[in-house]
Amino acid sequence: MKPSPFAYAKPADLAEALRLKADHGDDGTFIAGGQSLVATLNMRLSSPDILIDIGGVTELSGIEVSDGSVRIGALTRHRDLEDSPDIKTHAPLIAEAIAQVAHPAIRNRGTMGGSIAFADPAAELPACILALDGAIEIAGPDGRRKVAAGNFFKGLYDTDLGTGEMITAVEFAADSDDWRTGFDELARRHGDYAMAGLAARLRMDGDSIAEARLVYFAVGDKPMLATGAGGELAGKPLSAETIEAAAASLDSDLEPFDDLHSSAAMKLHLARELTRRVLTKIAGGAQ
Amino acid sequence: MSNRITITAQVNGETVTRDVEPRQSLVDFLRENLELTGSHVGCEHGVCGACTVRMNGEIVRGCLTLAVQADGAEVETVEGLSDTGEIADLQDAFLRLNAIQCGFCSPGMLITAAELLDRNPAPDRTQIREFIAGNYCRCTGYQTIVDAIEAVAKERRG
Repeated sequence: MKPSPFAYAKPADLAEALRLKADHGDDGTFIAGGQSLVATLNMRLSSPDILIDIGGVTELSGIEVSDGSVRIGALTRHRDLEDSPDIKTHAPLIAEAIAQVAHPAIRNRGTMGGSIAFADPAAELPACILALDGAIEIAGPDGRRKVAAGNFFKGLYDTDLGTGEMITAVEFAADSDDWRTGFDELARRHGDYAMAGLAARLRMDGDSIAEARLVYFAVGDKPMLATGAGGELAGKPLSAETIEAAAASLDSDLEPFDDLHSSAAMKLHLARELTRRVLTKIAGGAQ
Repeated sequence: MSNRITITAQVNGETVTRDVEPRQSLVDFLRENLELTGSHVGCEHGVCGACTVRMNGEIVRGCLTLAVQADGAEVETVEGLSDTGEIADLQDAFLRLNAIQCGFCSPGMLITAAELLDRNPAPDRTQIREFIAGNYCRCTGYQTIVDAIEAVAKERRG
């Protein structure tokens, strides 16, 4: 299908972009890479009066590592993350996840900010940012603010972003040597939206797990931090028994719902299986 | 509200300037305004890959990119890549190894394969499959498409 007609503006800088958004309110929509948005426009699931193309706001692009923290500008493309030695070193979780984000042609245009703002519950990057305990940096008419990822994702395609606001960057602490990470997802076709996925980070204290952040996606209305499973792992070694205990506790952590391709029961089964696969792989790599 | 916007792009090496509707996709612009019908329109929501073209040296979905976003960009289609001979060996291998059946996916497959071999000159069959996973072949002729890409990778390495 073809989109409804809309007008188009391409601001040169952030201030102009925010001004345009303030002028048009909910009738104006920001477009970055457009890899989710244009599909929804084509299917007429959304029909804004004007697209505000932030593709020229180059100040929003780039990856910076300083003082133990990583800052990824909103316009940074998946391809940039894929090719970045800094991401490989300081955020191996994202480096592992990014190859599963859609397909190469889409990764060449899709952006970090777009993925976070769209908040698809089956998307990889929102889950990674939550697993990284990151923060979302937001600019709006009243200046800039930061929101913890745990408070940013509210529900199905619903975030803490207010009318007139846009994401400018995401930030998180660079992984220190005591973190182990793993990522996997199950999809019908490589690069398609997952039926279930897991972004996992474990902080090790010698042989035992000091802290576990297991974030499941495509099994709820937003990325889900499994606190019960994390609790099962804390203070224990990463053994077959503890992995099985974590997998079992997902019954109370997750409440998946049926979708086109899988029932809730199947999603829960896949989440448990991903727990075994990802944590067993981390255990193998740690030795 | 919809105002036409003037864009200028380098398409297959030629500078073109046209007035476009903001809602027009890049692939519709190429096909309808420039009569470059080698890029195909399939699903129109980013799933099938038939509309794959190159923008600023990288493959993109022609249906998920707006023509206005190509303003100032360099765009290459299967016509341009054929004229320059850049993908001649891929085209030859696709024919030779029967990787073309109905032909609908072939332009997208060829452009995607060209980017794969540019980034990874020695892909194994799994890597080839993963890279072309975003391109549907409606004849399901994947085996021979992977054969052809693998053969060209070997030939290019000598």
